[in-house]
Amino acid sequence: MIIGQIKDGIVLDHITAGHGMTLYNFLGLDELECQVALIKNADSVKMGKKDIIKIDRVIDLNMDALGYLDPGVTVNIIKDGKLAKRENLDIPQRIENVIKCKNPRCITTVEQELPHIFTLRDRENRVYRCLYCESKAK
Amino acid sequence: MRSLIDIQELTVTEIDELIAVANDIIENPGKYSEKCKGKILATLFFEPSTRTRLSFESAMYNLGGNVLGFSEAQSSSSAKGESVADTIRTVGYYADIIAMRHPKEGAPMVASMNTDIPVINAGDGGHNHPTQTLTDLLTIQREKGRFDNITIGFCGDLKFGRTVHSLIGAMSRYENVKFVLISPEELKVPEYIKQTEFVAKNLQYIETTSLEEAMPDLDILYMTRVQRERFFNEQDYIRLKDSYILTPQKLETAKTDLCIMHPLPRVNEISVAVDSDPRACYFKQVNNGKFIRMALIMKLLEVK
Repeated sequence: MIIGQIKDGIVLDHITAGHGMTLYNFLGLDELECQVALIKNADSVKMGKKDIIKIDRVIDLNMDALGYLDPGVTVNIIKDGKLAKRENLDIPQRIENVIKCKNPRCITTVEQELPHIFTLRDRENRVYRCLYCESKAK
Repeated sequence: MRSLIDIQELTVTEIDELIAVANDIIENPGKYSEKCKGKILATLFFEPSTRTRLSFESAMYNLGGNVLGFSEAQSSSSAKGESVADTIRTVGYYADIIAMRHPKEGAPMVASMNTDIPVINAGDGGHNHPTQTLTDLLTIQREKGRFDNITIGFCGDLKFGRTVHSLIGAMSRYENVKFVLISPEELKVPEYIKQTEFVAKNLQYIETTSLEEAMPDLDILYMTRVQRERFFNEQDYIRLKDSYILTPQKLETAKTDLCIMHPLPRVNEISVAVDSDPRACYFKQVNNGKFIRMALIMKLLEVK
């Protein structure tokens, strides 16, 4: 399978195999008018299989959301056909409006304007809890 | 200014300081009678409460301050759909400190994020109730004279009881505290609390379904109510409910200096016959609640 090189854009590499579509939907890539390629189950020396997303334009990415959804992703910024910047993600300490609190007793269920904020409580097990009610993110 | 939303926000040293002030207030109430003169406490109770609201109000009056507020959501603008943030911004212009109870978990935190005056969480649903924990700690200190080298038993509903979880968290910070968790299988302490408070801190705990077996070892017995609605079927409730009612007979094997506590209100989980036992401390707890709230109001208002 051959997918052309991009001149100015973003390549999201090392996406856990099978997670590409989740990231595609979460980042709202379906709304872009430029070319976007989602490659599933590409061969990877490091991972065995991986997903890759190529975006033919430089857009603002919510790095915290990306880090929460798939911290192993590598973000490559391409300019003039060359790699301009490579960023390895980390698990974010705090995420805002990435996921919603599911606790029916949480104040966020009745106050629609409140941002849904979660903080990392257990790095080893990647446990996030709601800032307000401390319910575990599901 | 600083708020108090969760008991874990206070260090052990700060808790010790609050307890020392509360004890001094008990000994020398006159010294504190005008400490908050000219200050106003707003008690914003979005759901009914007897003890906590009156305790806060009594505490402020005993400090020479004044009180305003409401005791149910229906008598506030929240009944018209006003957000917590807007209510608090408004109250922030009328008061110097807020005590807030709300049925939704996290509401007092939202309040504290929207005002410059201190907010005290007076209970947010089943989540936090830090001044109850401070009350419990003051009672333990006054009755036992220490927090370390203690065996504390929690009995009843250990799954949903916020006062139990909060007191476990506070007591787990002291040395050589042994926890005895007495409950039916259906109402055991949640696994994540056991992991964070006992396993991760390498603390001793025992789980049992028998109050009688646990009784002889206890220095403190913290009773809670086993509620009918927590059971999946009526038969289990009927089978178990009497096991967790404290009676004079069950106290026969207890230590002579046992301290019996309960966050109240009680329904039938402590027999009225136990009230006259010198080991019953639950009404002393109510009294202690006022004094520790006085100490806390002074601390948050930075009154010396």
